[in-house]
Amino acid sequence: MIAPALAGFATVSPAATVAAATAANLLAARTQMAITLGFHIVLACLGVAFPALMLLAEWRGRRHADPDALLLAQRWSKVVAVTFAVGAVSGTVLSFEMGLLWPGLIGRFGAAFGIPFALEGIAFFLEAIFVAIYLYGWRHLGGRAHLLSGVPIALAGAVGTFSVVTANAWMNAPAGFTLDANGQVASVAPLGVLFNGATGYEVVHMFLAAFMVTGFLVASVYAVALLRGHRDHATRLAFLLTFSVAVVATPLQIAVGDVAARAVRDQQPVKFAAMELINRTGSHQPETIGGILVDGHVVGGLAIPDVASLLSGFSPDAVIAGLNTVPQDQQPPADVVHLAWNAMVGIGTLLLVPAAWFVLAWWRRRELPRSPWFLRLASLTGIAAVLAMEAGWIVTEVGRQPWLVYDVLRTSDAVTQAPGIVVSLVLTSALYLVLAMTTLLVIAGMARRWQHAALSDADVPYGPREATLP
Amino acid sequence: MSAPDLVAIVLWAGLTLYAVLGGADFGGGFWDLVAGGDEQGRAPRALIDLAIGPVWEANHTWLIFDLVILWTAFPQAFASVMSTLFVPLTLAAFGIVLRGSGFAFRKVVGRLAGQRLFGAVFAISSLLTPFFLGAALGAIASGRIPVGNAVGDPWASWLTPTSLLTGVLAVAGSAYLAAVYFVADARRRGDVELEAYFRRRALAAGLVTGALALVGLAVLHADATYLFEGLTSRGLPLILLSVACGGLALVLLARGSVHPARGFAAGAVAAVVVGWGVAQYPYLLPTTLTLAAGAAPVGTLAALTVITIVAALLIGPSLGLLFVLDQRSRLEAEGEGFQWTSVSPHERR
Repeated sequence: MIAPALAGFATVSPAATVAAATAANLLAARTQMAITLGFHIVLACLGVAFPALMLLAEWRGRRHADPDALLLAQRWSKVVAVTFAVGAVSGTVLSFEMGLLWPGLIGRFGAAFGIPFALEGIAFFLEAIFVAIYLYGWRHLGGRAHLLSGVPIALAGAVGTFSVVTANAWMNAPAGFTLDANGQVASVAPLGVLFNGATGYEVVHMFLAAFMVTGFLVASVYAVALLRGHRDHATRLAFLLTFSVAVVATPLQIAVGDVAARAVRDQQPVKFAAMELINRTGSHQPETIGGILVDGHVVGGLAIPDVASLLSGFSPDAVIAGLNTVPQDQQPPADVVHLAWNAMVGIGTLLLVPAAWFVLAWWRRRELPRSPWFLRLASLTGIAAVLAMEAGWIVTEVGRQPWLVYDVLRTSDAVTQAPGIVVSLVLTSALYLVLAMTTLLVIAGMARRWQHAALSDADVPYGPREATLP
Repeated sequence: MSAPDLVAIVLWAGLTLYAVLGGADFGGGFWDLVAGGDEQGRAPRALIDLAIGPVWEANHTWLIFDLVILWTAFPQAFASVMSTLFVPLTLAAFGIVLRGSGFAFRKVVGRLAGQRLFGAVFAISSLLTPFFLGAALGAIASGRIPVGNAVGDPWASWLTPTSLLTGVLAVAGSAYLAAVYFVADARRRGDVELEAYFRRRALAAGLVTGALALVGLAVLHADATYLFEGLTSRGLPLILLSVACGGLALVLLARGSVHPARGFAAGAVAAVVVGWGVAQYPYLLPTTLTLAAGAAPVGTLAALTVITIVAALLIGPSLGLLFVLDQRSRLEAEGEGFQWTSVSPHERR
């Protein structure tokens, strides 16, 4: 009795009007998902790594009896309170959107795809509980108890990264389920879902990205302060702590990215072909920087002979599959994927310059580089890291198109049939624009008040109770 | 008991906790909205902020928990509900964004103008969110969700007497719970004036909520036959329990037994939520999809059972720690709660 109704999720009505509505919905739904996820991913990075930096500062403050480090931890915890709240609600929007925008994904594959999210539910719960205890416990919890109350936040952040990224990995390398004759999920092997072929490299890549984004972003704020002449101990310590974490993550990230690229070549050859802008299968593939495909030929850009083959197969003779191994309607928009890939790799590599400069200066003199150019460069690393991370996310998401679940479910078959998604897109865009600007303004206002307090030592309405640290 | 039934119990437990805990946080926004001008509303708003601050994110997580359990264990139900109820649930999502960010921003923004703005955003969205969530539940309960991708009518499915009623009932019930909890919070802080302030409001909100619930039964009789029949047969003991708890809570509150009143008020709301579940059993979407027909394969349900046990072992004690610390006033510092910035002459309107 139920079966015909359920089959509604497996097939798309062939009627032309429905197809047209679907096409309009598809573009609107993809754009809305891109905006909301593109916004949330930055807050997710902050949610994972900022508490760890905050704990690092508190640990240092207590261990070395350094009031400046404790002050930093306390101020950062107030910023975490804001970013965590905004991240919690923007994350909730994403869980609504799973059904609002992609009922065809959940309706068919929720039984498999949902499992990592159930795990994330636990992680987020623990995070919310201990964030509250940590934030509100500065005054009445003992020093050790307070520091300990922060540890579950960092652990839950790591588990949360694992679960959410695992869900994304599953879309790239679907596993752990069987389908029946109607195309419905017939059985699910939960561990197969969780530990799919893309889980390992995607999780580590995103985890390091969170530390790069947060480390560079926070460090760049203090780099600007240093440039403006605030050379006090607290500012220098804040820069050192956050920048060092990002500097450690950067080379690791490049190594993991290298492994990931080769895994993508094996698991999703068409995505890899788009990344490298390779139309025809063959050996001696050049590494193309910039450029677009016109009628299957690369136009513009700089082609470095044999390098793509060398990098991915360690030999100029290594064969790389081209886009043309699949019909046109199964190819992603290669130009977007390729340029985003260039941007991610390019920015990631350039970030090594300030990192190496810093390491060299520290190694030789135990001091920050003296040149103001270092600080100018460092003040750009935050934006750069965010751009690289967003570009990487475009590579993985747009590169998977037209599939939502690789080789199994097309994005167009998953989108909602509800009318008026365009209206929702417009409203959502406006809301998120205001939300993003307000979040930045509010945090900037807090920073300004703190700076003012540091100069004049005046009591500010919502400033931390600096004089009464436990 | 079958595996789908077991997961449905977990789902309903999460929903009940969200109603009892998260609902009260929305109710806090309601009382914030009607607290009056800057000076007049200073004291109640400070209490509301202290009471909600440490717990709202944890309480909000019950909603996410339930969404995730629903889409994993009963994927078709989730997809059908979300796609048919696109309009109210999109509005609820907007409300969630505005409520949470408005509340967080108000706490840290320095100027009175900003506090007014974010306070208003927080308070108004605290009304809209439970209304639209309640309206969506009304649409489900009254059997207006056919199975499939946006198969139900985007408007007629929820612009109904039942949805209107459940939406308003959600707002009223939230306000009632919040007021009762705030009476206890004010008592704990030894603030006699605020205790009386919220006691009056709790009694009024309790009477309004009770009256709405009675009207609701009449509406359900006309508009949601299957649910009405369930509520007046299988669900009847729970409905009577709810009435008893609600009445007792009012009496205790009037006599000043604040802490037991809190438990009975929560019990009254919980009994309605559980009663709804019992009334529409064995359907998840009344008369279109049963729990058994909509359930995920056994491997998924087994995984969810394990995850639920782990969750109970980890979240239970953690949440207990949070609430104990909170109730012992260990999670606040004098002056750290939200206070209105003193009105400077150029900001005075």
